[in-house]
Amino acid sequence: MCGIVGLYLKNRDLEPSLGKLFAPMLLAMTDRGPDSAGFAIYGDEVGDNQIKVTLQHPDAAFDWNTVAAGLGSKLGSEPDWLQNANAAVFKLTCDEPTARAAFAALAPGAVIMSVGRSIEILKGVGLPEDIVERFGLAKMQGSHIIGHTRMATESAVSMAGSHPFSTGMDLCLVHNGSLSNHNWLRTRLKHQGVSFETDNDSEVAAGFLTWRLREGDSLEQALHAGLRELDGFYTFAVGTRNGFAVIRDPIACKPAVLAETDDYVAIASEYQALVTLPGIEDAKVWEPEPARVYLWERQDRLGVAA
Amino acid sequence: MKTVDLNTSTVRELNQALHDQAKQCDEREWLVTHPAGTHALACGLDQNISVDIEGHAGYYCAGMNQKATVTVHGNAGQGLAENMMSGVVRVTGDASQSAGATGHGGLLVVEGNASARCGISMKGIDIVVKGSVGHMSAFMGQAGRLVVCGDAGDALGDSLYEVRIYVKGEVASLGADCIEKEMREEHIAELSELLQKAAIDEDPKTFRRYGSARQLYHFKVDNASAY
Repeated sequence: MCGIVGLYLKNRDLEPSLGKLFAPMLLAMTDRGPDSAGFAIYGDEVGDNQIKVTLQHPDAAFDWNTVAAGLGSKLGSEPDWLQNANAAVFKLTCDEPTARAAFAALAPGAVIMSVGRSIEILKGVGLPEDIVERFGLAKMQGSHIIGHTRMATESAVSMAGSHPFSTGMDLCLVHNGSLSNHNWLRTRLKHQGVSFETDNDSEVAAGFLTWRLREGDSLEQALHAGLRELDGFYTFAVGTRNGFAVIRDPIACKPAVLAETDDYVAIASEYQALVTLPGIEDAKVWEPEPARVYLWERQDRLGVAA
Repeated sequence: MKTVDLNTSTVRELNQALHDQAKQCDEREWLVTHPAGTHALACGLDQNISVDIEGHAGYYCAGMNQKATVTVHGNAGQGLAENMMSGVVRVTGDASQSAGATGHGGLLVVEGNASARCGISMKGIDIVVKGSVGHMSAFMGQAGRLVVCGDAGDALGDSLYEVRIYVKGEVASLGADCIEKEMREEHIAELSELLQKAAIDEDPKTFRRYGSARQLYHFKVDNASAY
């Protein structure tokens, strides 16, 4: 079944309370997805010449200090970094391939969740409540956030099968539904140089958007291409560094509700997940139409400065 | 009037109290507050009572309704008034997909829009939508009437049996075996009555009628040699 939720702030004054507004939305979708949960939060953006890498290690006692020290000697100076439960976020002044090579050498057991200037993906197996607690979601700040609660169908209940999926800089996707042409598309995308970490169908959708954006599509063009090429049932919520999008397949079996006020745009699989948002009583609430791209983007720099 | 506040009562308690009215009716008017999009509100009613839900309802609201009048003051999630037998269900906002699905009787009024598959497999229910309906509406409709004051999405009335469909606005496309039919006096009279019952002010003369071409649903003698 799965639940998806997303919150995109239009009013920057709300950015310090993004996590607090979002946590109850994710918890409300527990019935739809008790197997695993996760979220991609955007904010605390790094500068033009920097990247932010979020990793997780299966061992909660893993020593990230050693990794930071190792990065220091590899890159010249010890980077800004922080640990959050079994995850760590590093802000590095280097390019993505250099960072990936460094982490492969220094923390071979760790998995890179996301790379970008703004995105941080945190996810894991367990009830949404456990994930919210583990990573301290309620205290987080940022500009927009997309989350998922999973009831597994197409692949195993594992960290690797947890959403959100990211296959490119600052891009993430959460999915309610199932894709029927993911094997063929994965093969095709691999030929285009897109790499995949799992056999999950939803990761293919993220990979498809990454490929289209890399080929020069705007997010809107990439989503229209997705509507043409992705076969199956889906409601997607997509995040980019400065954007937030929702699409449903043309058959529209999978539910979605959008709400918009002057302060925010929110999506959820069910209206129940929106009831804790401020001003929801007077919000414009509607069901997104099938095969239509809903997109919000902003141009200014994102997130509350660190 | 009796008020049930879903901040303090469970949906199960609400529905049980409403079901009890079928055995012994001691309250005709019910008000439900703080529904917060919860599912299966006011389902399985079987008594001439009225229930007003103050806010948005979740899935399967007022399902299997008999005799009761249920009004949602807000939007309703998917499967609104599913398998309704009699009575009236009204939603002042939008209804999600499959509103009025498989309904055998009664009247469903959607004052906003209804999304995909509105009236799928309807079996005698009347549905009046003030706004528009999504794709595949009245799919395999067997009996009853569907009135759409706005537009209809793709494949309207696909594989239709004997539902009569009236649409005022544009029809994106007709489904298999659904055709436009002549609007005769008896149809204008029927539509007038439906609009009046739904309390919707529209001129019945501005609607078009659609129905089954009756090419799909009976056995074709040409196929007899296959047996």
